[in-house]
Amino acid sequence: MTALNQPALAFEQAELAVPSRRGARVRRVGAERINWSATTILVLCTLTVLLPLYVTISMALKSGTQVVDGNAFSFPSPISFDGFVQAWTLTKFPVGLAVSLFVTAGTVVATIVLAAFASYAIARNWDRKLFRYSFFYLLAAMFIPFPVVALPQIQLTGRVGLDNPVGVIILATMFQLSFSVLLFTAFLRSIPLELEESARIDGATTWQTFWRLIFPLLAPMSATVGIFAFLYAWNDFMMPSLIISDPALQTLPVRQNLFQTQFSNNYNVAFASYLMAMAPAIVAYLFTQRWVMAGVTQGAVKG
Amino acid sequence: MSTTTTIVTGGKATARRSSRRVEPIYYLFLLPTLVLFTLAITVPGIIGIFFSFTDSIGLGEWNFTGLTNYIAIFSDPAILQSYLFTFGFSVATVIVVNIAAFLLAVGLTAQIRFKKALRTVFVIPMVISGIIIAYVFNFLFSNSVPQAGASLGIPWLETSLLANPDLAWVAIVIVTAWQAIPGTLLIYIAGLLSVPGDVYEAAGLDGASKTQQLLRITLPLVAGYVVINIILGFKGFLNAYDIIVGLTGGGPGTATRSVAMSIILGFNGGDYAYQMANAALFFIVAVVISLLQLSLTRGRNTLS
Repeated sequence: MTALNQPALAFEQAELAVPSRRGARVRRVGAERINWSATTILVLCTLTVLLPLYVTISMALKSGTQVVDGNAFSFPSPISFDGFVQAWTLTKFPVGLAVSLFVTAGTVVATIVLAAFASYAIARNWDRKLFRYSFFYLLAAMFIPFPVVALPQIQLTGRVGLDNPVGVIILATMFQLSFSVLLFTAFLRSIPLELEESARIDGATTWQTFWRLIFPLLAPMSATVGIFAFLYAWNDFMMPSLIISDPALQTLPVRQNLFQTQFSNNYNVAFASYLMAMAPAIVAYLFTQRWVMAGVTQGAVKG
Repeated sequence: MSTTTTIVTGGKATARRSSRRVEPIYYLFLLPTLVLFTLAITVPGIIGIFFSFTDSIGLGEWNFTGLTNYIAIFSDPAILQSYLFTFGFSVATVIVVNIAAFLLAVGLTAQIRFKKALRTVFVIPMVISGIIIAYVFNFLFSNSVPQAGASLGIPWLETSLLANPDLAWVAIVIVTAWQAIPGTLLIYIAGLLSVPGDVYEAAGLDGASKTQQLLRITLPLVAGYVVINIILGFKGFLNAYDIIVGLTGGGPGTATRSVAMSIILGFNGGDYAYQMANAALFFIVAVVISLLQLSLTRGRNTLS
């Protein structure tokens, strides 16, 4: 990366002699000159991302006979949807999709609502020990990786009949909680109390104040919290694979693992299945990328 | 923007509202979450620590065995290997991810064409499930790479990376990095955009080369972001599980078995209590790293 800037250097030094002409490159002064060498290198780097995705799509579209040669990069000819048809029925894709959507939606909603509730209570009662200590208590979960408590959780969820997607929603929400509460409370402290007081003078109860005033104000943080919860719940393999005991109720990522042996060398079926499992998140990302990028940046920098 | 984990002491609020009673609805907002949290995380944690002092196999009878499990762990080569692997892998991945993400971020904040489209593409891996992309790479490592090796006549490429006990970890680093670079990249982009442009102008006038500007100006100014990325990344990689399942399943043999994996396998292997001791140890490691994170990021805050 530094090497590719070298050719531009000679230019710039020449320019320095005549500062008034053409502002130098990058973020300085004028934004005129495009760094084509950097552009080229970055475009080439996208291959590392796009090639695996291309392989997934092309393998999924191949016929059962073409796929046997094991050549990942050849174009599918003829284009065949057999892989999708077989994967759809073999892995019971509609059920898997429904479970994944349920778990993801449940986790996102539960995380946002519970964390916002708790953060609001904590931020507005910071002078009370119970609330202040609760904050640190919830935050302490950031220290606990899932594997540490996984085994007892498997037993407990099994004993109380939560060895199913609902149990995963509860656990996933609890693991997202500390990070989310941290973001929400930091944001809540920046909202002036006067705003709430004027709502109260107008006769609003705390419940109404929360839903009509505070929750809408929290929207940007809710987006960040929701995006993290979405990425975690939709993509996670470890927790659902351990908690959900009935394979018929498994999420899409776990299904790929369960059917690994049955895919055997039917690579078109396997890749069609992978593609169907990744596509919803990729499509959702392409439509919401602005918020995803902003949300992740904000969340990671603050968390 | 650049604040981190700020634990504010509500001085003003305290003075103002210490006399009033807490409205009951606030308990309604907080208590259900506290109860659920306690049942879902604290109770299992305590149960786990409790059983780490027993010989339980996860069900049926058990006896207290004191520190036996903990003593056994420190002389168990399998556990030692899983920690060595997990730490080695995490360090390697942190290095690869941060160098790649930083350079990409420098490129993506430069004066380039297709900036938006490039950024979109580079972030895609973040939204893909680790285990699924691991299966895709598994196919590439075990079929495509050896095929390419055979046709190019490069003998060491002809056998699958995943089948080589000494090199399988490289594949895991590659795939983990593939997935982890976007998040790191976005943080670096935020960091680079926070550096004011006139700093470079001044450096340019003083005759600093591009490389010097990158190493002497950019890097120190985004040092805080580097710290965040290294610690967040390291914490995440220590829990490595999904991608390893998809690539090697911990093999060949037990060459790529992570700590998380050995804990979880303990459930089926009848090593419940033993692996709970391992989990307790792992917890301590996680706490130490988190405390390190807190002290480092807070230090950065006072600096900036």
